[in-house]
Amino acid sequence: MTARTVVALSSLAIAVASAGCLSFYEVAIETPIRAKLDVTPFSRVLVAGFVTGGSRSIDPNTETARLLRSQLRGKSELKIIDADVIDLVDVYDKKRSKAAPEKPDAVRIMDEKDVQDYEPILKDEKYWKEIGDEYQSPLIITGSVLFTEVSRSGMVSKLQSYTDSMGRPAYQERREFANLRGYALTPKFVFIDGRTGAQLYSEGFYEESLYSETQNTPALSSYFELMDKLLPSFLNTLSTQKIRGTRVLLVK
Amino acid sequence: MNKRLWLIALMLIGLSAPALADKRGDAKAQVAWGIQVAQKGLWKEATQQWEKATVIDPSYASAWNNLGIGYEQLGKFDEARKAYEKALELEPNNQMIRGNYDQFREIYDRQNRRRVK
Repeated sequence: MTARTVVALSSLAIAVASAGCLSFYEVAIETPIRAKLDVTPFSRVLVAGFVTGGSRSIDPNTETARLLRSQLRGKSELKIIDADVIDLVDVYDKKRSKAAPEKPDAVRIMDEKDVQDYEPILKDEKYWKEIGDEYQSPLIITGSVLFTEVSRSGMVSKLQSYTDSMGRPAYQERREFANLRGYALTPKFVFIDGRTGAQLYSEGFYEESLYSETQNTPALSSYFELMDKLLPSFLNTLSTQKIRGTRVLLVK
Repeated sequence: MNKRLWLIALMLIGLSAPALADKRGDAKAQVAWGIQVAQKGLWKEATQQWEKATVIDPSYASAWNNLGIGYEQLGKFDEARKAYEKALELEPNNQMIRGNYDQFREIYDRQNRRRVK
């Protein structure tokens, strides 16, 4: 029996003996989520701009470009190109010679059907190749963002506090009818190769947040709340993300 | 006649019980060893131990639970889901397994989140 075997066997004996004392162990883990896209050919990224519409309470084009740039700055290896955000709705309307609306601030995109009308600009390889040439062939991020107001009515569960027969505070669940309103976010992120103008990858999401009718939630804070939910998935397209957490290992 | 049948059944149970206990004992040793190496950050080796444990004793829920955690740490999500679900199938009321699985599903579903309206 070699020394290594003795050490291994004694460690195993200790492991089994200690396992007898404890039946579970909490361990820290880092769950790796691999990048969905190989970005090694690129050193720079341009968040170009988006086809946006819906609620007029915020400017989803500027807010989305700003938010994605700041997120990529901290969580991606790629260098971020600071450029003016492109108004793709305007660009496409000019390309197809559609007359601009009489009121310049009129919303041209109200729903998903309107967004689909503007899909061709996202697939226009010639246009994106030109943009790519202008910025020395980066990875281009574009897509569409629809931010709309929503309202729903239905039964909701609420926790209600009361004092029990022993005088202790307690809670009980109560269901009641409520009118809810909030916002829905429907973004689609499109990743384009700035060298060729071709689409590499695209991904769509849908998120909504509903609040009690009496609650006054600003549109911008709801927008950030909704974007927070899908940012990990967006970032995961470009870089491997590690999600820290704890799990319980069992012996019994 | 019935008495004889009962006697045979009891004898069979009596004979197989030590074999089952041996299996669980061997699997427990693998699981405990896996935990030791996992705590040192050697997740690949730990996962191999837990894989062995599930082969030795496929009815050992803890081994499946740990295997789920090991696969999760290694980024093998589909395998992790199957291992956790096997652990829950064996011990549906185990709150620790349920807690691990719920946390895993949050990440798994988020990663697989697509446009679902």
